[in-house]
Amino acid sequence: MKRSFKGLFYTPYILWLAMFVIAPVALIIYYSFFDIHHQFTFSNYRVFFESGTYLTMTANSVLYAFLITVISILISYPMALVISKLKHRDLWILLVILPTWINLLLKAYAFIGLLSHDGLVNNLFGFFGIPAQQMLFTDTSFILVAAYIQIPFMILPIYNSMTDISDSYIRASSDLGASKWQTLTKIIIPMTMPGIKSGIQIVFIPSLSLFMLSRLIGGNKIITLGTAVEEHFLTTMNWGMGSTIGVVLIISMVVVMLFTNTKRKGRRS
Amino acid sequence: MSNTIVELKDVYKTYDDGFTALKDISIKLNQGEFYTLLGPSGSGKTTILQAIAGFTEVTSGEVLFDGKRINDIPANQRQLNTVFQDYALFPNMNVFENVAFGLVVHNVKKAEIEQRVHDALKMVQLEKYATREISELSGGQQQRIAIARAIINRPKVLLLDEPLSALDAKLRKDMQYELRELQQQLGITFLFVTHDQEEALAMSDEIFVMNKGEILQKGDPVDIYDEPINHFVADFIGESNIIPGKMVADYQVAFLGHQFECSDAGMRPNEPVEVVIRPEDLVITSPEKGKIQVKVDTQLFRGDYYEILAYDEQGNEWLIHSTNATKDDSVVGLAFGPTDMHIMRYNESEAKFNSRLESYED
Repeated sequence: MKRSFKGLFYTPYILWLAMFVIAPVALIIYYSFFDIHHQFTFSNYRVFFESGTYLTMTANSVLYAFLITVISILISYPMALVISKLKHRDLWILLVILPTWINLLLKAYAFIGLLSHDGLVNNLFGFFGIPAQQMLFTDTSFILVAAYIQIPFMILPIYNSMTDISDSYIRASSDLGASKWQTLTKIIIPMTMPGIKSGIQIVFIPSLSLFMLSRLIGGNKIITLGTAVEEHFLTTMNWGMGSTIGVVLIISMVVVMLFTNTKRKGRRS
Repeated sequence: MSNTIVELKDVYKTYDDGFTALKDISIKLNQGEFYTLLGPSGSGKTTILQAIAGFTEVTSGEVLFDGKRINDIPANQRQLNTVFQDYALFPNMNVFENVAFGLVVHNVKKAEIEQRVHDALKMVQLEKYATREISELSGGQQQRIAIARAIINRPKVLLLDEPLSALDAKLRKDMQYELRELQQQLGITFLFVTHDQEEALAMSDEIFVMNKGEILQKGDPVDIYDEPINHFVADFIGESNIIPGKMVADYQVAFLGHQFECSDAGMRPNEPVEVVIRPEDLVITSPEKGKIQVKVDTQLFRGDYYEILAYDEQGNEWLIHSTNATKDDSVVGLAFGPTDMHIMRYNESEAKFNSRLESYED
């Protein structure tokens, strides 16, 4: 009686898992073994690993995702540190999170308006006598805009792990003679490592497959794995190849998860 | 060679919201002594500790260390260390790394670090635990590691913020002995904060009793216990029977309609006073032999004594500690001698209290 009741609560989770996690992943793997003529084949994988195009694309994607992640950590960490010390810190962190409620597409178009040849930034430059710059459709603008989009997702886990640190740790560190910098590097950063790691997990993987931003801000010059997937499914209709890239993305996700998994040998955050 | 190591001069601490945590605190701590700040929660004792450690700024007054003003010196440059109430052992480091932290941040050489950490762990009898994680330690062990970590820099003063409050009763008693022993072994000044009067009485050379941001009385444990300055101190330190009375003349006090010989003097004739009698100083006897008669209400067996609650004819409550039980609802007499009574004046300052005691004591 009690058992079946418990089973009732598990059902939604199991259904969710089956329909939205296991089934799609299985389908992607299944499709990755068929070519464009619906024939079973391993050629998709051969093409992926033999043609330089896909490997360069993968290398590019990883590089871009890495840069986006690093930049968002470099901005988010000090920001979280400052906000966690403020009086109304919950309000300030809410303001940082606020932009995530706005549609990604809207934000992308807003950046086009800002960065374009006749945009606000160039107008400002003109005001100071700096000639108009080509900013849209560059690597830099793509990486910066992507980092901007990802920062709220990076800052939140870091901020949470910071607010979990009791004041007495900081006091103890300073009491034992540590400078502010030593307290930061020896106490605060190690203790917020779990937050940094989950930030990386949340930011790095989606950054591998950004396609809307790479089109709108990167201007089709930047081809990441995400753009390739979109291209295969919507333009060339080569679902097999698209799925193969999907499988590669899933595997790299697992790899990142393994690397950033907090090894807890009895240590607690 | 009892020279002052820490001194607070006219220290006030007022928070932004107007709450005054410390009022006119002036204390002197000598080298090598065990001091206790004793008071209920919110009495300001931890604030004093934080002002000395450098975690809070005082609003006015001076904090002196070794004769030098340290008001503006940050905590990490003050040569004293703290044992925190929650121990604050770094969870990202093991026992060795925790204890070594104070040396590592001062760039001490590796060989010396190992030697000193070993010595510190030996001092708290945990030398075999160096490689353990903090989460693998019991509360008592964490407590010792926190002490080892705090003494690694060889501070002249160790501040202890209610370090025993998280331990169980048995362990707390053991740690009282150990702390006292450690303090004498190290020969440094301990400033111990507690709300537990038993801890304070057991360990201290000198106790500061605090309430509402003020120091009410300071003195050695026996003085504070035997001669509390006012109702609050008498009530807070140990258990006591406090009865309103009248000082008829020197060495003559009247209460409950009788006049008794006592050992206090120096008051105005017929001054209203309070009389303190400790429960263990009351002896139960027959109603005829007793100086006052009370009716027994309830008795509790406390292991080494019976705690007896009784009422006199005027309805005052009397607490008596007796090794023997007595009969419920029986009328018994209470006997006590002149030195068992302690007389307190209303609103007497500590300075006046002390000089009055000196005036008639040898």
